[in-house]
Amino acid sequence: MENRPLEYDYTVAKMFMFTTIVLGIVGMLIGVILAFQLAFPSVNLILGEGLAEYTNFSRLRPLHTDAVIFGFTLSGIFATWYYVGQRVLKVSMAESKLLMALGKLHFWLYLVVVAAVVVSLFAGVTTSKEYAEFEWPIDIAVVVVWVIFGLSIFGLIGIRREKSLYISVWYYIATFLGIAMLYLFNNMEIPTMLAASPAGETGLGAWYHSVSMYAGTNDALVQWWYGHNAVAFGFTVPIVAMIYYFLPKESGQAIYSYKLSLLSFWGLMFVYLWAGGHHLLYSTVPDWMQTMGSIFSVILILPSWGSAINMLLTMKGEWQQVAASPLIKFMVLGSTFYMFSTLEGPIQAIKSVNAIAHFTDWIVGHVHDGVLGWVGFMIMAALYHMAPRVFKREIYSKSLMAAQFWIQTLGVVLYFTSMWIAGITQGMMWRAHDEFGNLAYSFVDTVTVLHPYYTIRGIGGLLYLIGFFMFAYNIYKTMSARPVEESELQNASPMGA
Amino acid sequence: MFHWLEKHPFFFAVGVFVTIAFAGLIEILPNFAEASRPVIGTKPYSTLELAGRHVYIKNSCNACHSQLVRPFKSETDRYGDYSLSGEYAYDRPFLWGSKRTGPDLMRVGNYRTTDWHENHMKDPASVVPGSIMPAYRWMFTNLADVETAYAEQLTVAQFFSVPYNKPVPMKDGSTAVVKMGSSLADAQALALEEAKAIAADMKDQDVKDAVARGEIPEIVALIAYMNSLK
Repeated sequence: MENRPLEYDYTVAKMFMFTTIVLGIVGMLIGVILAFQLAFPSVNLILGEGLAEYTNFSRLRPLHTDAVIFGFTLSGIFATWYYVGQRVLKVSMAESKLLMALGKLHFWLYLVVVAAVVVSLFAGVTTSKEYAEFEWPIDIAVVVVWVIFGLSIFGLIGIRREKSLYISVWYYIATFLGIAMLYLFNNMEIPTMLAASPAGETGLGAWYHSVSMYAGTNDALVQWWYGHNAVAFGFTVPIVAMIYYFLPKESGQAIYSYKLSLLSFWGLMFVYLWAGGHHLLYSTVPDWMQTMGSIFSVILILPSWGSAINMLLTMKGEWQQVAASPLIKFMVLGSTFYMFSTLEGPIQAIKSVNAIAHFTDWIVGHVHDGVLGWVGFMIMAALYHMAPRVFKREIYSKSLMAAQFWIQTLGVVLYFTSMWIAGITQGMMWRAHDEFGNLAYSFVDTVTVLHPYYTIRGIGGLLYLIGFFMFAYNIYKTMSARPVEESELQNASPMGA
Repeated sequence: MFHWLEKHPFFFAVGVFVTIAFAGLIEILPNFAEASRPVIGTKPYSTLELAGRHVYIKNSCNACHSQLVRPFKSETDRYGDYSLSGEYAYDRPFLWGSKRTGPDLMRVGNYRTTDWHENHMKDPASVVPGSIMPAYRWMFTNLADVETAYAEQLTVAQFFSVPYNKPVPMKDGSTAVVKMGSSLADAQALALEEAKAIAADMKDQDVKDAVARGEIPEIVALIAYMNSLK
């Protein structure tokens, strides 16, 4: 037994790979529908007048954001954890019946929560807080799923053979702790059915309804501390965990600098949480908090670029791989979009820029160059790397992968350039005064002018979705192909494994 | 130190947690005592207004409309006075939004009428040519959930001392009292009374008939809420 190489067990990783792809399609498809609804309002009636309530922009919008964040991205995080965790800790899921059972429970409960979320958001049951729309029964279920994820992380760490935690594990631990803290505090709410009327009636109204523990400005403060850092601990930290594992593995290059990864990790942990205030510039939140939000957003460039530069320099001397391998292309362009997005964000957080950018489509564009270019590319690259090893088959088509890369890159570029122009145009028109000091434009003027940009954005999103279907097809064909006989090298050091 | 931490996951996790919790402690907690005091003229929501607020939330109106007027001339020209923290004292949750696909609604009650909202929600482009807002016709048939609104009123009165049935100071020096029912039937009667006043200004015969029957369509509650935003 001792001399046999470790056989990793990817059962749970496979399950989450499946939801990554399915929920990715759902989230992005809804996104494309939303984009065209803004360009052509008749798309709101896509399934007819009778179902208008459920196909309407406003009802679909939370479904899009939540499907992409908590469906696609979270599944990707879980899938990669159940793959990377075993390999860097040098321990197999098959060694512990308990961890295996927890992993499966994790998946099935997650699926139940997803189903509950879809039903509740279509029905319009929402707390209205962005990315925290779920009412208290679902919140409790989310906490249970998250605790199981934590048990799974720390359980695997508990039985590890490799004593030193690899960089990716730091980031997975931070993801777990960060989201746990943020989610709990932002969703503090009181179920309204607990109240009793003076006449003694109890259990009044919808059982699932609740009211936030925080009011007005405080509620906004907690929400954007959460909202901004849900981005930090959902879209940045775990994605960095992925690239720290998958880029060195795929390229065969060692991480450029351990010290740089230390600086970026602890820097990111300390700085990120302060930056939430930049969502509330010129609001009724105290001025010093707004200023702190602005300043820390700019400081945030350092740890963000630290990670990205560490990744790009890992490719030092091996740049021919970028030309040769579509998988490396995804990761290198992903890092580049990460740099772009983490520079754009701080620029938007500067008060005078924010005065124009806030409430406009430039913010939407910023989110999407990060999520499409960085998060999406990295998760797809991770799955492309995992697929041959998990399914023991060669990737079906590298040329399809390369075509997908170019189509999606074009989609992202169309998306953010059009939203950039749309946002600045609208921001400038809102504040324009004529020679007599009156507002130069009525509000609807600033809406109709956006039509061409909304159309271009819709096309950009559609290209990305088409690319995602190519990805899904490629993975499906890989899964269902004939297995490859030769086994991979399994008894090497953590870096070489 | 870092090498040691990397071999001791428990202390590593504690270190990470302290590092990320730090900002919240310093930035968020101090504001809690300050910001929740209402300014003079801010009233709690009536039962019907609150039911309307739930319709607003149910349909994610906040996905496209902000309720936050920033202190710029271009915004005060367009929307009215800039927002004050105390004006949001009874907003649970806050509805500032993060995107203005449509205009701000913080003070929409000052410059739009029941009649305008009725036409607009039925067919936005007929009132605002070029508007990309979809119609919300189901609000004319779906019924508002007054019972849940009442449960919420009871909850906030009990847990957060929101002053229902108590005098609240107004800007002109007078006081106003926002009534909350003593039982569900009482609350429904209060809401219906308010709904009748709104329906009297509306044209849709089905809505008028529904209110005459004692039912409150969502649109009536929503308009009550919109009219209260000042």
